[in-house]
Amino acid sequence: MPAAAATLIEMPRPDATVIARRAEIVAALEAAAGAENVISQPAETLAYECDALAAYRCPPLAVVLPRTTEQVSAVLKACRRFAVPVVPRGSGTSLAGGALPTADSVVVGVSRLNRVLEIDLANRFIRVEAGITNLAVSEAVADDGFFYAPDPSSQLACAIAGNVAMNSGGAHCLKYGVTTNNLLGVRMVLMNGDIVELGGPHLDPAGYDLIGVVCGSEGQFGVVTEAVLRILPKPEGARPILMGFASNAIAGACVADIVKSGVLPVAMEFMDRPAVIACENFAHAGYPTDVAALLIVEVEGSPAEIDEQLARIREIAARHEPQIVRESRSAVQSDLIWKGRKAAFGAMGQLADYMCMDGVIPTSRLPGVLARVDEMSAEYGLKVANVFHAGDGNLHPLILYDANKPGDQEKCEAFGADILRLCVEVGGCLTGEHGVGIEKRELMVHQYSPADLEYQMRVKDVFDPDWLLNPAKVFPIAASHARRTRNHPPQAAP
Amino acid sequence: MKVHAPAGETELADLVRHLAATGTPVEVAGGRTRLGLGHPVEAMARITTAAMTGITLYEPAALTIVVRAGTPLAEVEAALAAEGQHLPFEPADHRALLGSRGTPTIGGAYATGVSGPRRVQAGACRDCAIGVRLVSGAGDVVANGGRVMKNVTGYDLVKLICGSFGTLGVVTEIAFKVLPRPEMSATLTLAGLDEARAVAALSRALASPYGVSGAAHLAGGGDGPLTLLRIEGFAASVDYRAARLRELLAAFGEATVDTDQVAVAAGWRRLRDVEVFAGRPGAVWRLSVKPTDAPLLVGELRRRLADTQALYDWGGGLVWLLVAEEGDCGAAAIRGLLARFGGHATLVRAGQATRRSVAVFEPQAPGIAALADGLRRRFDPSGILNPGRMAAVA
Repeated sequence: MPAAAATLIEMPRPDATVIARRAEIVAALEAAAGAENVISQPAETLAYECDALAAYRCPPLAVVLPRTTEQVSAVLKACRRFAVPVVPRGSGTSLAGGALPTADSVVVGVSRLNRVLEIDLANRFIRVEAGITNLAVSEAVADDGFFYAPDPSSQLACAIAGNVAMNSGGAHCLKYGVTTNNLLGVRMVLMNGDIVELGGPHLDPAGYDLIGVVCGSEGQFGVVTEAVLRILPKPEGARPILMGFASNAIAGACVADIVKSGVLPVAMEFMDRPAVIACENFAHAGYPTDVAALLIVEVEGSPAEIDEQLARIREIAARHEPQIVRESRSAVQSDLIWKGRKAAFGAMGQLADYMCMDGVIPTSRLPGVLARVDEMSAEYGLKVANVFHAGDGNLHPLILYDANKPGDQEKCEAFGADILRLCVEVGGCLTGEHGVGIEKRELMVHQYSPADLEYQMRVKDVFDPDWLLNPAKVFPIAASHARRTRNHPPQAAP
Repeated sequence: MKVHAPAGETELADLVRHLAATGTPVEVAGGRTRLGLGHPVEAMARITTAAMTGITLYEPAALTIVVRAGTPLAEVEAALAAEGQHLPFEPADHRALLGSRGTPTIGGAYATGVSGPRRVQAGACRDCAIGVRLVSGAGDVVANGGRVMKNVTGYDLVKLICGSFGTLGVVTEIAFKVLPRPEMSATLTLAGLDEARAVAALSRALASPYGVSGAAHLAGGGDGPLTLLRIEGFAASVDYRAARLRELLAAFGEATVDTDQVAVAAGWRRLRDVEVFAGRPGAVWRLSVKPTDAPLLVGELRRRLADTQALYDWGGGLVWLLVAEEGDCGAAAIRGLLARFGGHATLVRAGQATRRSVAVFEPQAPGIAALADGLRRRFDPSGILNPGRMAAVA
């Protein structure tokens, strides 16, 4: 575990006047949410000093864990009165530093808002408090034959609030979409304490699509306390097929042919040789370690429908001379095929420290991009393994480094940034499902022009005019500086 | 009225800057088939995207297409069809319903956010849109999203602009996620169900794993009430799913299955375009509600407005109403009921005078209206783009 707080990514200097009024602020928070819901002892706030981008950490001024939307509202009003930045937090699983506090901020965590409020099977939605975990939503409707489609790999821990903030995806989004495609409504608290309801159980917005822009706003527009989510009927069945190829290019061509054929798999996962070997050594999933690239393709339907789709996929694969084709014949075999892929992060963690990148590329550019990543790996002297949601172009290079070796983390971050710039150059983007957070904030200028960023910031101006919510995320720190500091002379408390 | 047809973004940006500087209100148009939607705009000039046409990128293997806003929808659909693909959200053609002439464009479909019956399965226009370029009301060229289907880089303005009726910017280019066109389609029909039973049948079908891609109910008509379900996919799969759905819905009657591809396509096209109300006198409303509320709401409405005709799509979640065009066209009655049931209503078709006096879009809670107004002012500071088209009150 990295020991000291790293300083590679700059955070704004905390406002000394806010820190000086800590006692007053804590008292106001206790009045707003009840003392039992406020954490202010330094030993306890330490638990909230970072998210899953654990190289960056900073204990907040205080943490509030409200039990009601009304408490959230009172807390935000109090914070606004003192001009205290607020960092909304779901479960703290962001890989991008999306929930990283600053020393002058108050973390507002929704973990105690975790109830299921309404299940309506006839109308195919569920209404939940936003602190509920992603998996708990699916579990709440599983016995009735439904599920909640977005399934980020952290789904056991991650909260719906964080999913909404980051517009989280998952392995099955090729068919079912990501959070924004499955989110019908939110109840959220704006920084001025106003409680607003956007959308609801119906399928489209009245007026501007505000939910559409709230989803993915990285906690910078408000604190989402409730969500209305679409639930979908579970498929009759699903079965994967595993195929190994002689090169990344051949595997890439096979993916393209599958997509063009009209088969729509629910998932198409690609692993390059280093990823295959690491996963196999870790999970013993029976992966062939002599292939250059491995594809796992999963299809859904009745047994006959699955057979037909897999037959079509095998036929296409045969044109690309696969070195191995293994179709799952049972639930046990299916689990085994997925076991390796799902173990990818754990497998890497055993080998070394690693950073997981999240770029997206047009699928057609996969072979060229992987070749270039290979070259960069040699240039930086850092190993990299690639797992890739091949259907939607979401590339997850895992860069291995040694956190205890001076300079290695810097090198790793530079390598990661090079990969993301490459993704943008070939027509893709910086992040497919993890979000920008602090991690990719400074890279935004490679994807967006100043005007592009300006209009995004104008949207934030509307929702959070004082720029108090989740400071120093998403936008390059210089680009947001004027807005973040414009209104910050602390106002007198009443 | 002066009509401007800029050939590209730079020319358009110069033009908008000039119009903003002179405070000239301008109507934004694509193919002019959906201008009847929203409040009438009092403009001194018109910008048309008609000269900004063409498919700029199409990668069938990546399931993505990028199109200039003025491109006719038919051209986009033909290019996709040539590769065995289609726009999943099935955009409606409003010409028959609104009695408009012109050529529907991709930009118009996106700006008005129209989504057809497949919305229940494949998502709405906003779900399929993955990138946008526009010129704001200040004359700035703004891009958001991109050409890849998974993208959380920065805020998602692609959704915000979709359905904003040209009030936040003039859209110049849109990228869409596309899908394989199904090999085969079939329609299952149940006859004679009342509206509550019909929605119950649609709900049951939509809760099944059989991939229903259309779920509608025609309340009246020559053949009596008809409840319709669409299944799409590989031929064997469609046969199998149709058979399973017939079993599942046996309690609702004996469903017939139509697999005549021409007839199936034409039937869903008519539904998509609400042809049943085309050419008939009266005002047309579009309600977005919780599906099981729809028949209750329509039932109560009939007690207040006799002769109300209803067409249900999206499993009951979308209700098209034909009412007499007199007074407020039922606005007070409809919105009174919605206040109880939830959801929202849009007046889709009515004369200009009515659309001036009746709130076309659902009036919003003050907090939401303030957010919408703030966005409009930041994207169009001079208030020149389609002024009043989405106004809260006439």
